Amino acid sequence: MLQHYRVLDLTDEKGWMCGKILSELGADVIKIEKPGGDPGRNIGPFYNDNPAPERSLYWLAYNTNKRSITLNIETARGKDIFRQLVSRADFVVESFAPGYLDDLELGYFHLSQINPRVILTSITPFGQTGPYRDFKASDLVLMAMGGVMYVCGDEDRPPLRISVEQSYPLAGAEAAAASLIAHHSRILTGRGQWVDVSIQECIARELFMELGFWDAFKEIAVRAGPRRRRMASYQRDIWPCKDGHLGFRILGGALGAQTLRSLVEWMDNEGMAGSLKNIDFDLLDMSKVTRAQLEEWENELCRFFVQHTKEEIYRRAVEKQMLICPGYTPKELVEYEQLKERNFWTQLHYPEFGATVKQPEGFLRSSEVQCQIKRKAPLIGEHNEEIYLEELGISKRELHSLKEQGVI
Amino acid sequence: MNGVEEKQSPLEGLKVLDFSTAFMGPDTTRTLAAFGAEVIKVESMHQHELNRVSAPYKDNIVGINRSYTFASVNTGKYSITLNLRHPRSAEVLTRLIDWGDVVVENFVSGSARKYGLDYEQLQRLKPGIIVLSFSAQGLTGPYSRHPGYGFNLLALCGFSHFTGWPDREAVAPIGSYTDLLCPWFALAAILSALDYRSRTGRGQHIEISQLEISPHFLLPAILDYIVNGRVQSRCGNRSPHAAPHGAYRCRGEDRWCAIAVHSEEEWQAFCKVLGYPPWTNDPRFATLRDRKNNEDELDRLVEAWTIYHSAEEVMAMMQASGIAAGVVQTIEDVVRDPQLRYRGHFQIVEHVEMDRYICQNVGFRFSESKVRWKRPTPCLGEHNEFVYTKLLGMSGEEFVELLNQGVFE
Repeated sequence: MLQHYRVLDLTDEKGWMCGKILSELGADVIKIEKPGGDPGRNIGPFYNDNPAPERSLYWLAYNTNKRSITLNIETARGKDIFRQLVSRADFVVESFAPGYLDDLELGYFHLSQINPRVILTSITPFGQTGPYRDFKASDLVLMAMGGVMYVCGDEDRPPLRISVEQSYPLAGAEAAAASLIAHHSRILTGRGQWVDVSIQECIARELFMELGFWDAFKEIAVRAGPRRRRMASYQRDIWPCKDGHLGFRILGGALGAQTLRSLVEWMDNEGMAGSLKNIDFDLLDMSKVTRAQLEEWENELCRFFVQHTKEEIYRRAVEKQMLICPGYTPKELVEYEQLKERNFWTQLHYPEFGATVKQPEGFLRSSEVQCQIKRKAPLIGEHNEEIYLEELGISKRELHSLKEQGVI
Repeated sequence: MNGVEEKQSPLEGLKVLDFSTAFMGPDTTRTLAAFGAEVIKVESMHQHELNRVSAPYKDNIVGINRSYTFASVNTGKYSITLNLRHPRSAEVLTRLIDWGDVVVENFVSGSARKYGLDYEQLQRLKPGIIVLSFSAQGLTGPYSRHPGYGFNLLALCGFSHFTGWPDREAVAPIGSYTDLLCPWFALAAILSALDYRSRTGRGQHIEISQLEISPHFLLPAILDYIVNGRVQSRCGNRSPHAAPHGAYRCRGEDRWCAIAVHSEEEWQAFCKVLGYPPWTNDPRFATLRDRKNNEDELDRLVEAWTIYHSAEEVMAMMQASGIAAGVVQTIEDVVRDPQLRYRGHFQIVEHVEMDRYICQNVGFRFSESKVRWKRPTPCLGEHNEFVYTKLLGMSGEEFVELLNQGVFE
């Protein structure tokens, strides 16, 4: 869909997802790495546990479909080449600290002089403005400052983040959408603009429900292990079972009735329905259930669930249309029949490993356009010759000298 | 910029029909509305969507126009009611579809066809229409008909496996987590499809599922399994690339500061901030590897220092020395956060039944365009007359006739 557009991607791990999305939508995304490679390439895990920049699985996850060139934009010649690339680009995406590109005279103001149509999308921890704009951050710090850690974790231990970094891919996804809104503005006005993404703000949006309780009652939601603030109280979302855990919530109304009716019938068949049998499923209003009553139900459900495996429960849930899911591990997700049947996974060939790697096919399906992954994640500067020689017309001799000078 | 004519919003003129419910679809169209699109939310008068009947309510009084959760994801839209089961709804639907450029829906697999809202029927009515279907697990495949919401799909998609302490049961991650991830992918797809249509005249059907967006957020760990055969699991707040790396208890009631020390340089700066207590010279903490090997002890020693300072002080001291640190903010802290305030993250919107509510901004700012809420979150069916007569051009008589027949229920 975006075949006509070129994206220059200067981001590190904070922004990789943005270019990945644009590339799956068809854009020509060129990753510009500094000589020696993007610093994000040092993040593990690594292929066969052998740490090297060109073996990072973190890199592999978020840089498929992109081409890679190396360029040192801190050198005079590097700046010239970058400007030349910008003159024919539609989007530039970056995640440097605020002010870095301005200091190099490559900020939005300078880029718009070269190419008034260009859209510059900047992804930073706290945004380009405000008292914290120069604060240092990491995923952990952003999850904390965005407010989501405080409501996650066990009461008797510190607040928690999710163990796999979430803030960067989320902000990258939001940045892709933002870049395309700016693109529609460009269609109307003929001019590009500067898109300033704050990762903290992207994270803060996840608190919309906690914000509601604050707005309504000045109530501060707290962490409660497997439970979260819902309706009238804290309710369990995560339940133990025989071989792991489940995702399930006791719901009232028509939505909850179907699940509860089937579930309690099953429990009753095994003589374990207890007080759950007394619920009038059609009239259940969770906002009127007392804490003590809820705990009794939760205990009975836990006692039942731990008698059964997650696959057993999921099979029954699917059969009876119950809103219960198993808690899957990465292994179970990879083996999940639904993803296999939908051809979610594709094999990408990596000559450098002499092997293929199974990766997701793409994030969407379209009736009109093939949006699948066409290219493996690139090696450092894998496409230097394609871009510098064939496209920019730089001679082989000059390319060699630029390499020696550390520009490329 | 006084006196300068207000700039056109980026999505001015875009017409969106939103049949979706809960968070994922409505939040997608909320952003379209924020940047100038006209969004009509099509609802049922009697079967209320999940968020209209979700607490918290204004003044704790239950009411379909009083939910903060609903307001949060529907600001800026029109609301109309239409009974899709009524025999005469088809003729109304035809006119609605003729008005719209984009349709967003999240019907359970199969229901869209029943209501005449599947892509085949829609594109016959309006060639070039763009239809975005949200689903739990996709529209095809053996589990496509299994209903799902973010609060249980987050388990299926692997997020709860990765949330918690290694020695304990998994805990709940944030909210209906998988719901929160999808809107941005959907927006990127819709906006690209519009660009494609402007060049080719062709519409399309786009499918986005929570099951297929989610793995992108756990992909490094999934690839670790695929390539190295390792099944990673939840590890509290730890990171293989940093130590100290965690939330440390500070002075006060349940106050914490997150600190992340990655490089050797940061470790040196960190020791300096603490005033070089003797343990910082202990060979057990000399390198990142040493610190990782003795991390429980390290965390205990760090906390023995942070506990004497407020979380705000710890953040300020660390940041002044170039170390990544931040208060573990409560919702109250977040609402009062000077950075978020400076950037206008929270906006007050006035509303006829709720009086006023806090509406969140998006996570980005443009140099040339701004979020503009054309209207507050709509009351149920608030815009029936306006939409049916003014936007769709029904005569007053026809509107009343359909109204009396219960088509708009």
